[in-house]
Amino acid sequence: MSNFWSAWIIAGSLIVVFGSAYLLRMVIVDKMGEEGKQMPHEFDGIVEMNNPPPKWWTIMFAMSIVWGLGYFVWYGLGGYEGIVGWKSANKAHYSLASVNKANAETRANNSINQYINEMDAADAVYGKTFAKYAAQSVEELMENDEALEVGQRLFIQNCAQCHGSDARGQRGFPNLTDNDWLHGGSFSKIKETIIHGRNSRSMVSWTAALGGKEHVDNVVTYVRSLSGRKVNAKDAAAGKLKFGLCAGCHGAEGKGNQSLGAPNLTDNIWLYGGSTAAITDSVSNGRIGVMPAWGKILGEDKVHVISAYVYSLSNKK
Amino acid sequence: MTHTSPSHADYNYTVVRQFAIATVILGIFGMAVGVLIAAQLYWPQLNFNTPWLTFSRLRPLHTNSVIFGFGTSALFATSYYVVQRTCQVRLFSDKLARFTFYGWMAIIVSAVITLPLGYTSSKEYAELEWPIDIAIAVVWIAYAVNFFGTLIKRKTSHIYVANWFYGGFILVVAVLHIINSAAVPVDWLKSYSAYGGATDAMVQWWYGHNAVGFLLTAGFLGMMYYFVPKQAERPIYSYRLSIVHFWALIALYIWAGSHHLHYTALPDWTQTVGMVMSIILFAPSWGGMINGIMTLSGAWHKLRTDPILRFLIVSLSFYGMSTFEGPMMAIKTVNALSHYTDWTIGHVHSGALGWVAMVSIGALYHMIPRLYGNTRMYSKSLMNKHFWLATIGTVLYIVAMWISGVTQGLMWSAVNADGTLTYSFVESVSASKPFYLMRAIGGAFFLTGMLIMLYNVIKTITAPNGSLIEEEA
Repeated sequence: MSNFWSAWIIAGSLIVVFGSAYLLRMVIVDKMGEEGKQMPHEFDGIVEMNNPPPKWWTIMFAMSIVWGLGYFVWYGLGGYEGIVGWKSANKAHYSLASVNKANAETRANNSINQYINEMDAADAVYGKTFAKYAAQSVEELMENDEALEVGQRLFIQNCAQCHGSDARGQRGFPNLTDNDWLHGGSFSKIKETIIHGRNSRSMVSWTAALGGKEHVDNVVTYVRSLSGRKVNAKDAAAGKLKFGLCAGCHGAEGKGNQSLGAPNLTDNIWLYGGSTAAITDSVSNGRIGVMPAWGKILGEDKVHVISAYVYSLSNKK
Repeated sequence: MTHTSPSHADYNYTVVRQFAIATVILGIFGMAVGVLIAAQLYWPQLNFNTPWLTFSRLRPLHTNSVIFGFGTSALFATSYYVVQRTCQVRLFSDKLARFTFYGWMAIIVSAVITLPLGYTSSKEYAELEWPIDIAIAVVWIAYAVNFFGTLIKRKTSHIYVANWFYGGFILVVAVLHIINSAAVPVDWLKSYSAYGGATDAMVQWWYGHNAVGFLLTAGFLGMMYYFVPKQAERPIYSYRLSIVHFWALIALYIWAGSHHLHYTALPDWTQTVGMVMSIILFAPSWGGMINGIMTLSGAWHKLRTDPILRFLIVSLSFYGMSTFEGPMMAIKTVNALSHYTDWTIGHVHSGALGWVAMVSIGALYHMIPRLYGNTRMYSKSLMNKHFWLATIGTVLYIVAMWISGVTQGLMWSAVNADGTLTYSFVESVSASKPFYLMRAIGGAFFLTGMLIMLYNVIKTITAPNGSLIEEEA
């Protein structure tokens, strides 16, 4: 904040606070005539008495003014940071790197920063629980109902917004209970997905590359045939010829490729819907799916426990 | 003291009558919408699967029609009445007065049409789209010219304290409305705010809180300063108190808006200022209550027999309670519990029902017979019934919201032994459900009282001149 704006804020605030104090003093000192008598004006039959403000009220008002000034001195105003240098959080940072750097400085200087102090205090209390589970292998965790329950709570708090509180997903957000995996369903793959996130942008619009709408329709017909649906054989055959373009990611047999995150098209599980219209939309307009990276937000210990919970949904009897 | 004075026959009462009737009708409309949406929170099927009957569209219709329809009409009616009588002159301009009435009603009608259709700028209490915003600014400036014009040509030496409050409210609301509504239009019914991000939030709550501070507090304190001493037939307790609490109130209120944005992206100092000014504001706010209630000293016995005075005094008690609650909720630690919960809704309604509506009802019961050549309402017993329905309704409403608000705040911050949240959001919703029913019942009580008022008002204004006269007058 520039010195000008800081001075502007401080001056404006203090003028109002000191002005209130001055006003209060004025009506006590200036008796405005004789106390207890009527003021010498009358409005539509209404007259006003010349009484002083009640004493208890005057004291209360004065005390709140003194308290307010003290609060400014203690906690800061404008560019002045106050005696204790309190901050609610490190603000006005526009990248994770920048705020992490500021947070590290705050910790190094032991400054009062409510967000960091509260998060650190919580970590000190709860961190042990997660560290204990993080040291266990997935096999051990599968036997540890308490750990899976903690994982479920973390899941509900952080993942349920997209994947649903029962983890069965919704359109565009994968079902995590059906043992059908876009990026692999091993424990380490699940953990990798949560830590680093996933960014599926390679399904672009294929209308032009396929040579127009008619070809898109044929390819869609062929794709529908892959999951065993009855289709027009001639159209499907025409689509199959063009499917070579798709095979790069989805494989020659359409069984997908987990290393690319390309879905299996033969298992009748559809992320964006399996109707003719929905598949046509996917092929002609493309799809973008993003799973954010949670590693730095939650920390690896919590991710470990969440991964175990997600793994348990398909692998625990 | 006389109630009517023949020498005052040349006041412009037409516009006062128009706005007074509008107050009752728009109050019933806005409160009925409120009861409907309160019921929808308990019985969601009451939206009848119809887009324009959903909570999201009717909620702004409720707030706009009670704040700008009911509340603001009450302020128009009483300010035009009070400024003429305490300045002993007719309004500055009858034409402007007529323009403000028809203009304001056109604005309310356009709100009633556009909000259910889903046209909204999405700013709370400022949802109306830009053409309506411009109309509001024009009508408001006409109101200001008419009000201050009347003050200038007054025949009294001083300006009565009620008019300081009305004047402050009119000026500041103009500034708030014009600055907060600044927007870039895309087409006739869509615009985007001229401000971005945290700045937009700050401007919005500077407006939002001062809509409460100036429209719903300062304006109605103006009303209180006239109708309480008139109805009690007692002098104002302290002129000196009125000076200090008026200036301190308007100077401090304008800083308090940022307490709506505690623990957000707003800079820390801005939150600090909002909290400190809100707490210093407590004493000046109570100044109005003290001056009103102490004005009754020596006339307490009148409360036993006079329902109008009951409305006025109970309104001051609710005013005192909510202006104590407000500064407490502005403290960051309290706000951490209360923010985003129903406690806020309860706080607003202890002000809106308990203070704003009750003081307006008292003022209308005093004023309406006098506007129609009488001095008392058609039925005192109906006024008493209205008083009890309104009081019980308000208490039911705010108690329900306190319990559900605190429950929500505690449930949202409860954590398990591993630090994860104990409750999902929907669990806090189902915990609140019984209190949503209680709130709807409270609202229905209040609305029933308003319907009784409508009947009483119709009987009063259709009664022949001079047929309803106070016995002792």
